[in-house]
Amino acid sequence: MSNTFTQADNVTAETTQTTLWQVEIFPLPGLPDRLAAEVLDGAAFLSLPESLNINAARGFLIQGALDQTEIETLSRNLLVDPVVEKAVVSRCGHIETDQSLSNLNSIYVLPQPGVTDPQAESAMVAMRATGANIDAVRTFRRYFVSESTDDQLARLSDKLLCNDSIELIVHGDLQIDQIELGRQGTFELQHVELTEADDDQLMALSKQWQLSLTLVEMQTIQAHFKSLGRQPTDIELETVAQTWSEHCSHKTLAGRVEYTDNSGTRNFENMLKETIFAATVSIRETLGDDDWCVSVFKDNAGIVRFDDQYNVAFKVETHNRPSALEPYGGANTGIGGVIRDTLGTGLGAKPVCNTDVFCFASPETDFADLPPGVMHPAMIMKGVVSGVRDYGNRMGIPTVNGAVYFDQRYIGNPLVFCGNVGLIPTDKSEKEPQPNDLIVTIGGRTGRDGIHGATFSSAELTEESDVTSGGAVQIGNAITEKMVMDVLLAARDRDLYSAVTDCGAGGFSSAVGEMGEEIGAEVWLDKAPLKYDGLSYTEIWISEAQERMVFAVPEDKWEEFRKLCESESVEATVIGRYTPTGNLTLKYGDNTVGELSMEFLHDGRPPVIRKAEFNAPETAAVSGYTPRPNANGWTSDLRSILGSLNVASKHWIIRQYDHEVQGGSVIKPLVGVNNDGPGDAAVVRPVLDSRRGLAISCGMNPHYGDIDPYHMATSSIDEAIRNCVAVGADPSRIAILDNFCWGYTDRPATLGTLVRAALGCHDLSIVMQTPFISGKDSLNNEFSYTDPDGQRQTISIPSTLLISAMGQVPDVANCVTMDLKKAGNLLYQVGVTGEHLGGSHWSLVSGASGGQVPTVDSELAKTTYEKLHSAISSGLVRSCHDMSEGGLAAAVAEMAFAGDLGASINVDNVEIPETAADGVLAKLFSESNTRFVVEIEAQRREAFEAAMDGISITHLGEVVEIDRLEIRSGGELCIESELSSLKAAWQNPLDWS
Amino acid sequence: MKPSALILRAPGTNCDQETGYAFELAGGSATYVHINSLIENPQELAKHQILCLPGGFSYGDDIAAGRILASQMQRRLADVIGQFHSVGKLVLGICNGFQILIKSGFLIPPDDQGLAATLTWNDSGRFIDKWVHLKADDEKCVFLKDIEHMYLPIAHAEGKFMTRTDALLQALSDSNQLALKYCRPNGSNGEVPFPHNPNGSTASVAGVCDDTGRIFGLMPHPERHIDGTHHPQWTRHGAKPEGDGLQLFRNAVNYFA
Repeated sequence: MSNTFTQADNVTAETTQTTLWQVEIFPLPGLPDRLAAEVLDGAAFLSLPESLNINAARGFLIQGALDQTEIETLSRNLLVDPVVEKAVVSRCGHIETDQSLSNLNSIYVLPQPGVTDPQAESAMVAMRATGANIDAVRTFRRYFVSESTDDQLARLSDKLLCNDSIELIVHGDLQIDQIELGRQGTFELQHVELTEADDDQLMALSKQWQLSLTLVEMQTIQAHFKSLGRQPTDIELETVAQTWSEHCSHKTLAGRVEYTDNSGTRNFENMLKETIFAATVSIRETLGDDDWCVSVFKDNAGIVRFDDQYNVAFKVETHNRPSALEPYGGANTGIGGVIRDTLGTGLGAKPVCNTDVFCFASPETDFADLPPGVMHPAMIMKGVVSGVRDYGNRMGIPTVNGAVYFDQRYIGNPLVFCGNVGLIPTDKSEKEPQPNDLIVTIGGRTGRDGIHGATFSSAELTEESDVTSGGAVQIGNAITEKMVMDVLLAARDRDLYSAVTDCGAGGFSSAVGEMGEEIGAEVWLDKAPLKYDGLSYTEIWISEAQERMVFAVPEDKWEEFRKLCESESVEATVIGRYTPTGNLTLKYGDNTVGELSMEFLHDGRPPVIRKAEFNAPETAAVSGYTPRPNANGWTSDLRSILGSLNVASKHWIIRQYDHEVQGGSVIKPLVGVNNDGPGDAAVVRPVLDSRRGLAISCGMNPHYGDIDPYHMATSSIDEAIRNCVAVGADPSRIAILDNFCWGYTDRPATLGTLVRAALGCHDLSIVMQTPFISGKDSLNNEFSYTDPDGQRQTISIPSTLLISAMGQVPDVANCVTMDLKKAGNLLYQVGVTGEHLGGSHWSLVSGASGGQVPTVDSELAKTTYEKLHSAISSGLVRSCHDMSEGGLAAAVAEMAFAGDLGASINVDNVEIPETAADGVLAKLFSESNTRFVVEIEAQRREAFEAAMDGISITHLGEVVEIDRLEIRSGGELCIESELSSLKAAWQNPLDWS
Repeated sequence: MKPSALILRAPGTNCDQETGYAFELAGGSATYVHINSLIENPQELAKHQILCLPGGFSYGDDIAAGRILASQMQRRLADVIGQFHSVGKLVLGICNGFQILIKSGFLIPPDDQGLAATLTWNDSGRFIDKWVHLKADDEKCVFLKDIEHMYLPIAHAEGKFMTRTDALLQALSDSNQLALKYCRPNGSNGEVPFPHNPNGSTASVAGVCDDTGRIFGLMPHPERHIDGTHHPQWTRHGAKPEGDGLQLFRNAVNYFA
């Protein structure tokens, strides 16, 4: 046995000169070139010739006092896998390239200085652990590209090989002498000449400092400092800008709004508080002693009761703008950020699952149709999915739920929603920093990453954004965050701190400012551990470097806290104290660089008053399509719906996410006999020795919003709830979140649609007794560019409201899935069909226009969910699927091919309104809310009908042992198809290699 | 005294809790020990009967999956693990743990050119989470005693087993060390194409044991199929009293009974 373990050479290098080494690692001949394959895969989307030939190497630049033998030993023992790879090692710039590659174009891609390079960090730690004397490590990729035109090479470099917001490109050989480690800066206190500035100068200052502040806000700051009789320092101005930013304070939605629609004008003092919060307050009052909300709309995530021991926290964030510029890093830091939200809720929740929802333009968009400065949507989608995958999987948090919506209006503004659910002991759900607690930061070091992220998030994107906002883009390091999570939960259980919050947008400024709001704080900026030298005090204060958490640690707990962190190699540093002064005092060494009253900071912002208008669009009958013959007239419509991008299978994404880590998976995202049918909601058991489950689902209908945002909102809530109920969740224990992503809300018509959606949320939430517990908004999602004719163009995203639902399943043994189970079982429709084709997927694929948008009959919905839940809990239901995009026909088709069983149904008994213009069309494809298809055993028929008493249910037909879907109307087969052809239509569009 | 499993944690380990829970459910006990702490106090290992390297992304799987922790363990813990194994105790590596056992040479000794076998990128080039059918050979591997077939999930990007030489593969096969293989749903051997062999592993290898059968590494996750409701089709057939993976942990625990 002992001979299997070799002691690594103990490398010492006392006399060796510091050298920059270059290690290039190639796949062995005949083995796949993964890096090159990735590029070629993307080339297909960029109209690059198929004849393109690319080879690639991955590599490391290693700077240290090492000689040739030492670097070769390190390479062999650590960097190269000799079974599949070979390495070429040389001094940087002197690499000998294999003859077969030497006449190809050589292109190096390296991370820009200061950009997080997790691989390099790990490699450096590992090499140093062997005793090697290493100063710095960077990774790179090298590509060898076959003969191409200058234009092709440029397109390849800019769009595929390198993302210039985080990377730089070197053609030919690397000519680098040494890896830049940052320079020692000199301290210089900066003041901003503000008090005497006129309005134009004020706005010029706001722009120059990238503050994104309005004139009134600048004037308020000016008045404040005039009253103090001094000029502000740069750090004071930055702190105010960050605290007052849209991203951090939600000044639009939580501000005054004068809203006018055809029923009159309504003035809100605080729009969110009077709509969505108000609904939750009312629900809690009604519930009285049965109130199961614990902490809503005040902490980083909303918290509700789970069982006697635990509560659950839930938060969904958006990370849109960074994802437009650098999809991988944007999604990475999006998921990393929302995980820190739940970690920083109460005294810290343990993350138990993720949900991720994206909106993109069609990946089939022609390269020639892209506006300037925009990345191809297929590349964005691949980058975002990889970013979520690499971060979520590394954190060991199962990604169990998600959705993707496609619309061309997302072309300049893709949307990335990342959500996380955390489990928190009931007695750890509140926090309270104490006066004189130490301010402690743990985790990642502070660098120049993400400077101005909070203010950038609040501004509009333009074609120049990818140039001016580079600093706002970051790469995450999941393992650093995993290490932080491990020690945070251990410290929580040992009661080592009194409060915690995440360092998100605004960095220390936001975290310390919020935590110390009621006490005051003194911060010693020079103590913050830095990634490299040369950061100014302001950069330290507002940096959005990832993977940092801020704690309030009582002085007598600090030593134990520090030791715990040290035992798991997590850096912990005291950077200040919560001093009971009511002031925020910022110091750098002995110099006071900023002094602001918490009162001015948090309450000094001038109220924003905005106008909002909503004019209901005229509704028209459905038009613009050719009536279908009854006999087999609708099969191709069904096939088109199943193959439309929104409905099509997302297995390419789902299977890249670990959805089973933590060992609590009950209902997976893909279900059925071949594990490939579209489940309605995922269910997990967050406590391994308990049978209680959490169901996670979502609802989103941007297309309905084009017609009426009120009904879009209620439809999305209904969809999220019905997805949860469909798998067995108790409708009286579903908590929901809102995420509003809208266009430019300074435009009254745009803000009007948002207010109208919020009113919809309020009304339905109260009737359903389904509380909102947290939410987030992202405004001004518009993209401006100059078209080839020199005209300025702006693309606004469709008004997009994501509703995320977290349901609870008392006993997971009662869960059901959507796949058909057994031939001979009966199929029922539950719910009422209206002629709701406006914004429907049938309209989308058939090119029809007009039609009514689906509405929700709220009282009926509440009863329907209660009764269906009781039928499911009594074991009466074998399978259940919600009806949404594509209506009845799509739901039955999905159930059939997921269960590998045929379905034979008749829609004659489905009731529709007398006014319906095309009855068969409405029965098959209407997207009316609160409807399900359920499968029951024939002998349970009476029991099921009795359980659903008072609810409209329609016997449709039965499950059959043939490979067909048959839907009859008026004695004729209006839809008939083999299951395999329907399934192929559904699986193929996004079945990427 | 219940047989005790030391569940080794490192930066990026993430299947430690559910793996420990599986040992407990199988009648053992679980202790979670951080690599830093084990290096500081290597004698801790001797208090336990089973060393388990659970799944995750140790040190981010940066450079290559499991490589950095493997190097660290090789340098700092080789003797103590060698000692632990030589007195008849068990070592189990699941997923990332298997990658570590391979890349440290603990499972398959290196030769003069370095590692003789590896777990490298899936043929698809991507991480994949899916369920696979597995056929077990319990001739040598004590963890697989009386197990013929298992249905378990995989969740990895670098799980393709390869040896540098065909001779090594043959030798491992001849000595019943290729103990767990991907198979078709009907259990048939022979050519096992994608997706049944999910990563392109040579000879469909999913798990390997050492020549004593007491060190075992596998890519699939037995701890993710210990409950009846873990099975992806339990709503079709009803939940079984326990999942296929639990027997593997019970075998480890009962080895010391």
